[in-house]
Amino acid sequence: MSVEYIRTEALEQAINAARTLSRPLLIKGEPGTGKTELALDVAKQAGMPLYQWHIKSTTRAQQGLYEYDAVSRLRDSQLGDERVKDISNYIVKGVLWEAFESPETAVVLIDEIDKADIEFPNDLLQEIDRMSFDVYETKQTVSATHRPLVIITSNNEKELPDAFLRRCFFHYIEFPDRSTMERIVHAHHPNIKKDLLNKALTVFFDLRELPGLKKKPSTSELLDWLKLLVADDLPADALGADELRTVLPKLHGALLKNEQDVHLFERLVFLHRQRSRS
Amino acid sequence: MLLDFFEALRRAKLPATLSEFLTLLDAMAHDIGTGTIENFYSTARLVLIKDEALYDRFDQVFAAYWDGREAQFDKLFDDIPQEWLNAQNRPELTAEQKAAVEAMGGWDELMKTLAERLEEQNEAHHGGSKWVGTGGTSPFGHSGFNPLGVRIGGKSKHGRATKVWHERRYQDLDSDLELGTRNFKMALRKLRKMAKSERLDKLDLDRTIRHTAHNGGLLDIHMTGERRNAIKVLLLLDVGGSMDWHASMTSQLFSAASSEFGRLEHFYFHNFIYEGVWKHNHRRHTDRIGIDELHRTYGRDHRLILVGDASMSPYEIVAPGGSVEHWNEEPGAIWAQRLLQAFPHCVWLNPEPTQHWHHTQSIGMVKKLMGGRMHPLTVDGIQQAMAELKKPLIAAEAR
Repeated sequence: MSVEYIRTEALEQAINAARTLSRPLLIKGEPGTGKTELALDVAKQAGMPLYQWHIKSTTRAQQGLYEYDAVSRLRDSQLGDERVKDISNYIVKGVLWEAFESPETAVVLIDEIDKADIEFPNDLLQEIDRMSFDVYETKQTVSATHRPLVIITSNNEKELPDAFLRRCFFHYIEFPDRSTMERIVHAHHPNIKKDLLNKALTVFFDLRELPGLKKKPSTSELLDWLKLLVADDLPADALGADELRTVLPKLHGALLKNEQDVHLFERLVFLHRQRSRS
Repeated sequence: MLLDFFEALRRAKLPATLSEFLTLLDAMAHDIGTGTIENFYSTARLVLIKDEALYDRFDQVFAAYWDGREAQFDKLFDDIPQEWLNAQNRPELTAEQKAAVEAMGGWDELMKTLAERLEEQNEAHHGGSKWVGTGGTSPFGHSGFNPLGVRIGGKSKHGRATKVWHERRYQDLDSDLELGTRNFKMALRKLRKMAKSERLDKLDLDRTIRHTAHNGGLLDIHMTGERRNAIKVLLLLDVGGSMDWHASMTSQLFSAASSEFGRLEHFYFHNFIYEGVWKHNHRRHTDRIGIDELHRTYGRDHRLILVGDASMSPYEIVAPGGSVEHWNEEPGAIWAQRLLQAFPHCVWLNPEPTQHWHHTQSIGMVKKLMGGRMHPLTVDGIQQAMAELKKPLIAAEAR
């Protein structure tokens, strides 16, 4: 993404502290508040190389360090391949190894750490603390030339172990308030009409306040929706309650992603209209 | 002074540790979180608090501690003579010093020593602008509890109407339920079932040997999946009526459960199972999910845990129209049987004490419906229930 990432002051401080004291920074927040983009932006702003490690439910800590491909070696040995004699030919480097070897300070993004097994963070404690690890197969020790800035994101699906948390700095990305949101929108859609933006933000924040919404729309969804509005070049008053029929389909796709939420919304709008008429 | 603040945090049961406190001091020695109290607030929170659910409590402690002392905080920096701010004079916590802290023995010992040190600091402070000591031999390092070497950057903004920590923005995130649920958690761990994952990363030695032999000695490698924790749980909770007595216990169990499983879904019912269950209590009448939909959405590999006191009129179980809330065409017992067929792995947890079970007719009926799989809502009972749920699927179906 080529647009500027809007950081709050507290977030700026958090990054600064994590860099200065070389501690991993754990980022949590509602989905769609730009946790992953943050790491990309930090790397870009500081001109540091970025190493991304996206965690899945099957990811194991060892994969971030290295993997020994014993099966290929066994196969090659039957075929009499020359490479077999050197075990290091079958060591596959992981993301952390690559980052440790980086000639300049790197940013490591460990994305969605809570997706992995609950023991996963514990398995990485030593490596993140000392920024070095041993390769048993070749009896070598890999240590970081420059301690990388580690940014970890979590969606709170699982609890993280205390020992792991103690070593991290923790920042919770709040949902942006209106003025921050305006800055974010401006960064993405610099040419948006002011009155349209105002109306859209009002609709958006009202929508988030709706009680009983299954999934609250997030920043990224607002941006998608605005993209639609801008593309259609809608006038601002199209967002008024009277023109709902034209706007609702767009809301459905971009902001509300759940059949029941759309029904709830329609019902509320209907009630609202009745009340304002009487 | 900062030590007092740290103690206030500990008193409020915020799980900040000594090593995190030392990190905070380390940060301040690096000019981070100094200058204004706002900076200090966000840095202290960054370093000491690791859960947004605790932000609100932190805000309260912060407010209680610093209200009225803000002037002191600013003075902390104002009084420091310029030459002390030079980088050369800035003692930092070296690795040895940190080790020395560790070497000083347990937490109590450390707190005692720290308290003594703090006393000295206080006295010195009365004597003049001595908040910052000069000695360098303390195992804590002087940067420990006074902000030595802190550059004074930017005046604090006096008279600001509200501080961030007064807004209590994180109130909604607080959940104190985790406390005291440890016992339950231990029991629920029993439920961690080792299931085979889709990742093939272990050598299946037997099959490899057999197939290699078949292959005339040419290697034919076979892999198998590694075992990992992947249990799915469906939790049905009884709310309202006679269960209000047990509401807090049930929600404790629920909060303990959420972190243990690969997947956990919860729904509510009232007294007994009928056509549908619901996800949100305030929308119980509009937003029901039918038992058949439950069955379609969640596979039969889900473990079903019902939590309820099963104390009701027997009619509510066996009679059509027996429900206290609506007219049910078919008796609850039929719906319960359908549920049990859909989810062969199933237990009922009952918060009612076991010795009272035989006084209530309906408890016996539900227990019979459940094929005896009813356990009390105690640590032991949960262990038994988890052992029940761990039995392989075939055994459960053969029942």
